[in-house]
Amino acid sequence: MESVKPILEFKKTCVSYTKQTMAVKYVSAVIEPNTITAIMGPSGCGKSTLLRAVNLMHNLYPNIRVDGEILLNGENILSMQPIDVRRRVGMVFQRPAPFPTMSIYNNVLSGYSLNGIRLSKTEKDATVERCLKSVALWDEVKDVLNKKGTFLSGGQQQRLCIARALAMKPDVLLMDEPTSALDPIATAHIEELMQELQKEVTILIVTHNMGQAMRISSKSMFMYLGELVEYDDTETMFTNPIDERTKAYLTGKMG
Amino acid sequence: MDKLKIQNRLAKDKAMMLVVCLLAALTAVPLFAILGEVFLRGYDQLSWTFFTEPTPTAYRVMKAIENGEPIPGGIANGIIGTMIMLAMAVIVAVPLGILCGAFLAENSKSRFAKFVSYLTDLLQGTPSVIIGIVVYIWVVVPMKGYSAIAGSVALIIMMLPLIIRSTEETLKILPASLKEAGLALGGNRARVMLKVQLPAAFGGIFTGVLLAISRVIGETAPLMFTALGCSFIRYAIDKPISAVPLLIWEFFNDPNLQELIWGASLFLLLFVLTLNLTAKYFAKKWNQ
Amino acid sequence: MNDKIYKVILFATALIIPTVCGGVIYALVTDAYQAFEHFGFFKFLTSSEWSYTEGAEQYGALPFITGTLMTTLLALIFCIPFSLPVALFVGEYFKGTRIAAILSTVTDLLAGIPSIIYGLWGFYTLRPIIMVLNISPQGSGILTASLVLAIMIVPYAASLSAEFIKMVPNDLKEGAYSLGATRAEVIRKVVFPVAGSGIFSSYILAIGRALGETMTVTMLIGNTNSIPESITSTGNSMASIIANQFGEADDLKLSSLIAIGLILFLITAFINLIGKIMIKRARIS
Repeated sequence: MESVKPILEFKKTCVSYTKQTMAVKYVSAVIEPNTITAIMGPSGCGKSTLLRAVNLMHNLYPNIRVDGEILLNGENILSMQPIDVRRRVGMVFQRPAPFPTMSIYNNVLSGYSLNGIRLSKTEKDATVERCLKSVALWDEVKDVLNKKGTFLSGGQQQRLCIARALAMKPDVLLMDEPTSALDPIATAHIEELMQELQKEVTILIVTHNMGQAMRISSKSMFMYLGELVEYDDTETMFTNPIDERTKAYLTGKMG
Repeated sequence: MDKLKIQNRLAKDKAMMLVVCLLAALTAVPLFAILGEVFLRGYDQLSWTFFTEPTPTAYRVMKAIENGEPIPGGIANGIIGTMIMLAMAVIVAVPLGILCGAFLAENSKSRFAKFVSYLTDLLQGTPSVIIGIVVYIWVVVPMKGYSAIAGSVALIIMMLPLIIRSTEETLKILPASLKEAGLALGGNRARVMLKVQLPAAFGGIFTGVLLAISRVIGETAPLMFTALGCSFIRYAIDKPISAVPLLIWEFFNDPNLQELIWGASLFLLLFVLTLNLTAKYFAKKWNQ
Repeated sequence: MNDKIYKVILFATALIIPTVCGGVIYALVTDAYQAFEHFGFFKFLTSSEWSYTEGAEQYGALPFITGTLMTTLLALIFCIPFSLPVALFVGEYFKGTRIAAILSTVTDLLAGIPSIIYGLWGFYTLRPIIMVLNISPQGSGILTASLVLAIMIVPYAASLSAEFIKMVPNDLKEGAYSLGATRAEVIRKVVFPVAGSGIFSSYILAIGRALGETMTVTMLIGNTNSIPESITSTGNSMASIIANQFGEADDLKLSSLIAIGLILFLITAFINLIGKIMIKRARIS
């Protein structure tokens, strides 16, 4: 197996909420570019916590500590400026939350306006079209771009949020159970979309849904009680898990 | 690539936080400035006689000034007047306010209740000086004179909306299961309200009453047109009567009596702030 | 006591509020009638004469309406740079922390200080400063009254705004942070737009407070019955002219003062109504 230069690398990453309890314990893993990696595990296992460490979301809350290293293109993000990191690592949250005071058009461009970057009208139009097309929303909303995004359906809103993240041209896209609030049809839509997106961006997705992990990801992580128990090709993990705990989880013996 | 720009934005972010903290801290300054001034200028006036003697007569004041003595007398007439009017107001406003609040909480969807609720807001927002005018027209004119009764009517009208609101809001946040359980046990609605809901809401209502008292106790303008003031200690409720804020106003306007301003203000301020803090303490305790 | 009697008792007590409100309006209108009839409603509103020469009495409300509007508007302007930071401090920067609770207590206590004590403080502390700074020779006036008024309404505006700032969903803020925004940018571009209508309505209600403030203004505005020429001149507000002259007034003058009271009542009621409606809307969305 030839080695590709990794885009993201966890090195003994730890996250702790209080001095006593560690939510993520010494996770080490290498993520290759243009892959989809699913992070699975029972609730409370630290999978979202690990994900949120990658764009320094934890810095927003003074009590949370992140230790170890997380390398983005070889650079340790823990010693970088959060606002710089977050521009390069996009995030999509569990519940779709487009900015209610902005139009669809401005929602897509919100990353730029939030960062105080000025774009020309043509750049703006091009970005909006490119991003909405890449989330397959363009045809549905191209005539209502100046309406507020809150009128869209849940699935459309979530795609708008993905478009908003893509507009910043991130290297990595973090998705925190992005379909858990959506109906099956909208979910299928977004899963399909992710297959397309992996050509331009590396995706880390936290999911509760084993079927989803199997359908979309090439690599899978299984976390339990803050530890990374197993990390392998998705196919290998699902057909032939090594660890007993992974086996128990995959066969439904663990919540 | 754009390191400079990032530094710039971070600097702006820091600056904003600094400005917010600075201005927020500045807002606390007036509180301490006022407390400080009233304390420093008022504390040496506080003595036993300050609380037991009424306002001095003009003659006694002149005598004292002639002899270079401190201004004699105190604010007993004001304290007693305030207490009498407050007691009357509490006796009327608290039960009425609680019943009215219970009505609003029980019928929150009816049109009439919404109307009453709006009028309660209207009354709460009405400037106190206007309440003074109205009570003057309602009570002082027909009774042909200023009185403690008129003063307490003004206080009642100002207290009512506050008590109604706190009762209504507290009752509304009680779990519905509480009322249902009471009714399921066969209690009728009056008994459930009296024995289950109101006791459960006691903390919130009590806090509301304390805040209502602390709000009206310092009111001056409405008492000027209703209770008027009185320079000696009086217990009659159909005659003009004094109150602590009225005395402060009199001292403020009388060059001979200005020495007494600060003692009276200190007393009023301590009273109001203690009530406020007690209310806050109860609210916190009750919320747990 | 059966349910029926209980309901009747509750209903009867609830009737007190409409009765009182009706009584307030009725009393004000009937007693203001004489002035309106004598001078004409419109003339009364627009006349700036206030003279009690026997036989040639002239009373008009314009100087006091102007005085009230000037003090209120200035108070609002002075209040914003302090109440907004307090609201951000309590509702965003230090949300839920001890220090925020302390600041809220401080502003609550500020709200609890009686108006007459604010007046004293303004008169004995602020007025000399204004004189030393040579802003106005007599120290009292529209500006002095507005400054103290501003301090008095900061708590109302701040606590209500903070409530709306706190309500901005964390989802939205995290969404903005995840796009690389700084806190200042999140506040400017997400928190303010989302909480905007609520913050705005809290200032409307603060205006409602300032309009009717009586003692502080009476002690500081300088008690002059003419239209103030500038913000440093003396004047009278609607509330302060009533406080100053009601006690000694009778007949036409009394009626004129009550008429001013009625106008003040209507303006305050209108502002409060708008504020309440806006708050309700902001809470729902």
